[in-house]
Amino acid sequence: MTAAAVPALKMQRRSLYPGWFYAPAAVVYSVLFLAPTFASLYFSLTRWTLFDATFIGFDNFAQFFREPFLIQGLVNTVIYAVITSGLKVVIGMALAVMLTSQIMARGYLRSVIFFPVLVSTIGVGMTFTVLMHPTLGMINQTLAMFGIAGPGWLVDPKLALFSVALVDVWKGVGLATVIYIAGLVAIPKDYYEAARIDGATKLQNFFYVTLPLSRPATATVITLSFIGGLRTFDLIWAMTKGGPGFASDTVASVIYKQYQAGFYGLSTAGNVVLFVLIAVLVVPLTMFLNRKQGHE
Amino acid sequence: MKTKFFALTGASLLGLMMTANAVNAQQSGYLSFLIDNGPQSVAVAEAWVAAYTEKNPDVTIDIEVRPGGGEGDNIVKTRLATGAMADVFFYNSGSLFQAINPVQNLLPVTNEPWQAGIQDSFKSVVSAGGEVYGTPFAPAMGGGIFYNKPIYEELGLEIPKTWEEFMANNEKIKAAGKTAVIQTYGDTWSSQLFVLADFYNVLAAVPDFAEKYTANEAKFATTPAALRGFEKLQEVYEAGFLNADFGAATYPDGLRMVATGEGAHYPMLTFGIGAIAETVPDHLKDVGFFAQPGDSADSNGLTTWMPDSIYIAKSTSSPDLAKDFVGFIGSPAGCDIRNEAVGATGPYMIAGCELPADVPPAVSDMLPYFQEGGHNGPALEFLSPIKGPALEQITVEVGSGIRSAADGAALYDEDVRKQAQQLGLAGW
Repeated sequence: MTAAAVPALKMQRRSLYPGWFYAPAAVVYSVLFLAPTFASLYFSLTRWTLFDATFIGFDNFAQFFREPFLIQGLVNTVIYAVITSGLKVVIGMALAVMLTSQIMARGYLRSVIFFPVLVSTIGVGMTFTVLMHPTLGMINQTLAMFGIAGPGWLVDPKLALFSVALVDVWKGVGLATVIYIAGLVAIPKDYYEAARIDGATKLQNFFYVTLPLSRPATATVITLSFIGGLRTFDLIWAMTKGGPGFASDTVASVIYKQYQAGFYGLSTAGNVVLFVLIAVLVVPLTMFLNRKQGHE
Repeated sequence: MKTKFFALTGASLLGLMMTANAVNAQQSGYLSFLIDNGPQSVAVAEAWVAAYTEKNPDVTIDIEVRPGGGEGDNIVKTRLATGAMADVFFYNSGSLFQAINPVQNLLPVTNEPWQAGIQDSFKSVVSAGGEVYGTPFAPAMGGGIFYNKPIYEELGLEIPKTWEEFMANNEKIKAAGKTAVIQTYGDTWSSQLFVLADFYNVLAAVPDFAEKYTANEAKFATTPAALRGFEKLQEVYEAGFLNADFGAATYPDGLRMVATGEGAHYPMLTFGIGAIAETVPDHLKDVGFFAQPGDSADSNGLTTWMPDSIYIAKSTSSPDLAKDFVGFIGSPAGCDIRNEAVGATGPYMIAGCELPADVPPAVSDMLPYFQEGGHNGPALEFLSPIKGPALEQITVEVGSGIRSAADGAALYDEDVRKQAQQLGLAGW
């Protein structure tokens, strides 16, 4: 009986449904994802006017790396990704700890923290552009009431990128908080009880129980916000359009400007570069985060 | 009706054409009409459509609106490339027109009756491959400097004929505690004016600059006269003449400020007159205009812009109706409707079009440059197909002290090279 049962079981596992069930998904995936990806690889090697394309080899890539503002765009992109993901981890964790403890109006506060995530990025960008106006904006007018001359948040080339990054954190921290709340709630109570029996303080509780056991949440938050930061575009475009001059340009905004100028081949090449950049930075990062997690 | 219309094409006299329009049998059908979302454009397009459909009740024309600037360029190019363009649409003339592949995408109107009344200088900036494709959307424009008349009267200032006089005026205005020069880098395109509107002065010094520039033989950074525009931008910043919020202020802010006297000078194209008339009509008479001064009073002249244009997409399903509508816009009747709807902003490119008697001072200040004894020359974008797309970012940098004029000009030369290569020009 056993001899006959084993292959039957195997077969049943293998072909519970026919392979054709994959076909619709495969078609959608090929048409909407694979085809454009390979087409863009081809177009990145051409001088493309939308009306016709001339094959020019790797000239677009050479040109893209000669762009005087590209290097600054690359540096800005990494700075932006590091600042936003770093702040989202720290603030998100702090808010999550607060919102999982016994405080007043917890449910209400949780929604308040999450609301900015639901608002359109462009709307947020335009609102903060108004608030951050150097002379008429509410932020600087409030500062002026206390006798402080506020800076030109978005028009000072040294500040513009950081101002946008702060708005990004304001808008995105709610999502990080929710991920952390889920992570913290999933930590079994036994650990805290054991720690209490050992006489741990609240601080020790946090550093020796909460922090290490929320590593999966941290890995998720870092990966999501880092990738988000690397390919950020909408907020920067709504607030500064990469300006003043090129001061807050990121790779994505440089690519968009090439596209706008009608350099379709060049901007497609830029997208290939951005794709490689994200892969090169994020793959090792996730491998690192997941390896650590495996050791726990 | 078609035969009747074409029977008349041989007689290209304007008077006959007007009669033709008047006696034409009524048109019927449907057209879509794509314009940019500037309040002026919308107002005038609505007026044209209303007048045309009143004459032809069986015609329906839908006005579609798109954003301006680079985003609008994208929409126009994408819709042309996908064959989904509106029947009739509005777009730039000159270098941007060359970039939408007119021969392949547009319907030629070279031999249409109304083209006889259109000035050759306009036709030259909407032609490709020997055919004319455009019809003027608006009057000609000048690029120069709006000034606030009450401030000039109060301080007893003269209209400057040289850059030195201009800077001396600025110094006096600043000493009187006022903003001498308004800049509005919140709308980055407006930062280019000091460079673009200086082109008459460039041509005065180097008459063949445009040809050499197109042939990759002359550069902004190494041609002193061309570099001057960037230097002027740097000078007004370094002298501290600008409004406090120059980095965030926008184009409407700039027009309001020069009209109400919050600032004395605003470098801009004269199409701003229409917007001033609409937003601060009480101050329209307070705004005057002069050409951007060069280094010598003898060669004072105005850099002019050809108007934007109306085109017919080759993909249109009703070419005859589209031509009839565009011919209506390009006739004196079309100009009258424009005058009525948004006021007069400059001299028309269409024969028989008259300016009303009571034009605003900024318009009458501009007219002498176009009349006998006046001097004007086209902006670079009408003499060369190459305009670098990053100019507005570079001029923001030079105009707010982030980059020096020489560096900015050199960076722009790099930017221009990309555009020339994209257009496939020889010698790059």
